[in-house]
Amino acid sequence: MSEFTAEGGHGAVPTTGVDTGSGTPRRSWPLYEVFVRGKRGLNHVHVGSLHAPDDEMALRNARDVYTRRNEGVSIWVVRADHITASSPAEKDPFFAPSGDKVYRHPTFYVIPEDVPHL
Amino acid sequence: MDHQALFDETIAADQRIEPRDWMPDAYRATLIRQIAQHAHSEIIGMQPEGNWILRAPSLRRKAILLAKVQDEAGHGMYLYAAAETLGIDREELTEKLIAGRQKYSSIFNYPTLSYADVGVIGWLVDGAAICNQVPLCRCSYGPYARAMIRICKEESFHQRQGYELLLAMVRGTDAQREMVQESTNRWWWPSLMMFGPPDGDSPNTQQSMAWGIKRHTNDELRQRFVDMTVPQAAALGVTLPDPELRWNAERGRHDYSQPDWTEFKAVISGGGPCNAQRLAHRRRAHDDGAWVREAALAHAEKQARRTEAAA
Repeated sequence: MSEFTAEGGHGAVPTTGVDTGSGTPRRSWPLYEVFVRGKRGLNHVHVGSLHAPDDEMALRNARDVYTRRNEGVSIWVVRADHITASSPAEKDPFFAPSGDKVYRHPTFYVIPEDVPHL
Repeated sequence: MDHQALFDETIAADQRIEPRDWMPDAYRATLIRQIAQHAHSEIIGMQPEGNWILRAPSLRRKAILLAKVQDEAGHGMYLYAAAETLGIDREELTEKLIAGRQKYSSIFNYPTLSYADVGVIGWLVDGAAICNQVPLCRCSYGPYARAMIRICKEESFHQRQGYELLLAMVRGTDAQREMVQESTNRWWWPSLMMFGPPDGDSPNTQQSMAWGIKRHTNDELRQRFVDMTVPQAAALGVTLPDPELRWNAERGRHDYSQPDWTEFKAVISGGGPCNAQRLAHRRRAHDDGAWVREAALAHAEKQARRTEAAA
């Protein structure tokens, strides 16, 4: 018999003996990533993704899915396949140039404690 | 450093694994099963309560119930989005659900026979869900943990509206109080089943805990739920239908009886009172909506061609 975990959210679900899936993409609506500005003065922040047939519907769906409780004053949607991202495999070399430049931080500089406002 | 070592180090430091990171195949498969079936539970979970939207006793209760059922749809969407970051198409997950190749929580295979069920589901079923879901906010897989933070905020509304509804009923007539008691009697055991079989029957728990997917064992979560629920039942003046339920001063916890695990296994694998109905309804909605999905896509493609031709 299958094993069950309590953490299926609304109740135990089997963690063995069920399919995962092939991962083959279906010919369905394209995937959009959603970014929401919580209030004026804040950056847009990534909140999740959704599928929609076009940009306009993506915006409407994003409103319904991600801002049911005044979580936002502005939404960006962008097709996931239009995003270019750095590769996690190259994480260390890619960010290496900033790793050895400690002099870019204010704490690098030793200032006598009795000098004010520095 | 090799992939496995980097993964192990990230988990050991209680850091999050993110979608494009390398992860062991078994970790990915466990997450896909758990997140997909969690999403299915939210989507199927709209049906038992949706049953009462048109019969809610007032406009206030109807608006609340509508908002709650919409939230369940939203929770399903957040979770499908999280599952997709693991490289699986949500369309395929829906296919697996309606083909019975993936499951959903057994609790939604029970019928909602009276309006008190709306209150008891909010109180007990969503209360149990909160016990399960709060630790998932610290799950090692980033997209799942983030989805759970949103869900938990909204789940609190679900539980409180249910409890408030029950308070209104127990302050009403004898008939209303009886409805609440009768509903509690029916939902208590299925609610305990929501935590899954006892730890002794869950040999893979340790692996899930080592991966930071699971933070507490099934029995720990169930005990927490029982201890939390007893004073809430007392405040409502309802009796939980377990003659063995009593405070154990030595343990500092309540002792309680196990639900019928044979029933649990039967219900989750298709033998519950409403399994066929729930799946048939989901399949019908999917099939009936097919032309809308196709038409919207055809329209979008036509518009894109026109824009291209005009450029």
